[in-house]
Amino acid sequence: MHEMSLAGGILRVVEDAQARERFSRVKRLTLEAGALAGVETRALRFALEALAPGTCLAGAEITILEPAGQAWCLRCAETVAIHHRLDPCPRCGGHQVQPTGGTDLRVCELIVHDDEPSQEP
Amino acid sequence: MCVVCGCAHPDAAAAAAPAAHGDGPRVAANGDLHYGAGAARVSVPGMSAERAIRLEADVLGENKRIAAGNRAHFAAHGVAAYNLVSSPGSGKTTLLCATIAALRARAPALPVAVIEGDQQTSHDADRIRATGAPAIQVNTGKGCHLDAPMVAEAFARLPLHGQAHDHGHGHDHAHDHDHGHDHGASHGHAPGALLFIENVGNLVCPAMWDLGERAKVAILSVTEGEDKPLKYPDLFAAARLMVLNKVDLLPHLDFDVARCIDYARRVNPGIEVLLVSARTGTGLDAWVDWLLAGEGA
Repeated sequence: MHEMSLAGGILRVVEDAQARERFSRVKRLTLEAGALAGVETRALRFALEALAPGTCLAGAEITILEPAGQAWCLRCAETVAIHHRLDPCPRCGGHQVQPTGGTDLRVCELIVHDDEPSQEP
Repeated sequence: MCVVCGCAHPDAAAAAAPAAHGDGPRVAANGDLHYGAGAARVSVPGMSAERAIRLEADVLGENKRIAAGNRAHFAAHGVAAYNLVSSPGSGKTTLLCATIAALRARAPALPVAVIEGDQQTSHDADRIRATGAPAIQVNTGKGCHLDAPMVAEAFARLPLHGQAHDHGHGHDHAHDHDHGHDHGASHGHAPGALLFIENVGNLVCPAMWDLGERAKVAILSVTEGEDKPLKYPDLFAAARLMVLNKVDLLPHLDFDVARCIDYARRVNPGIEVLLVSARTGTGLDAWVDWLLAGEGA
């Protein structure tokens, strides 16, 4: 379940941003998990929710964008869209395709608050 | 500065400082590393209002940064590092023991060391040490893969690190070598030393974590079924070489070697393939040739 490690990496990126930008909590976290990134978004969301309490991500809304995969087809010499690593080239049907895009997991945007959470007494 | 040899490698120092990677590992008397789980997290209150922060930060960026440091560190020491990935029970450790014996016959002067990744126990490192080669066991605790900081810390504890210093830098006590400099053993040349990193037995997670290795080598045993490359494409896509192990059992199985290779090339058109039996020694020469030629660079 490497999504837990990835969630730890996401928290680290967010806490690094917090150290720079000095906000108190995150209202919305937007991630990008490419179709070929090897990330199960359901498991990643679960891991983030498990990790969030006690951190600046507590109560944050999590948005995960899933951009399509891109690959270079050696036979067509062209960039084509694929959804899985096993997909053949949609033009020629060949398997000589190398993924070139949609392979990353990135933290894109944070909507942050500088105040304490409103549920304080 | 590297805490072991005093070299000016910043990542070795960062990785060796437990604070740099959450809760540091517990270090056993024999140098094995045991990673626990969980890290205390503290949030800092600020002032007021809502705002947006664009980051575009790679989640694996920190791991990639430390892996790049490992890669430079290995190159500067003339070490060719291979990351062995497979499912549990494919015969990685048996293959390594046989490989170490074969290397001792073919290249007796070549230093060889092993980093063994598992969740628990030091059984595998003990098996490697029994061959006479130094090994560090890294137990990940709950983790399903090795990451670059674990490898940085384990490498700093291996005698390979010091030996490579002696070979690479003569009697220079300053250890102020340039890690960006190529010592003639880093790319496509015969390696000055071999480091095998046996990853946690897992066909999913290790694909994503760069450890700074020269190449990933996927070990697939013929008892597992020829469609593993299709079932776990990310791992076979990330590997430079697929070693089909336990080929001595082929007469007893329905495993279709040609179909397996076809499946692997469907996922990774450039993947190289070697047929090996660690138990009988079949194909070991070709595997050792591959390693000694500095392939995978």
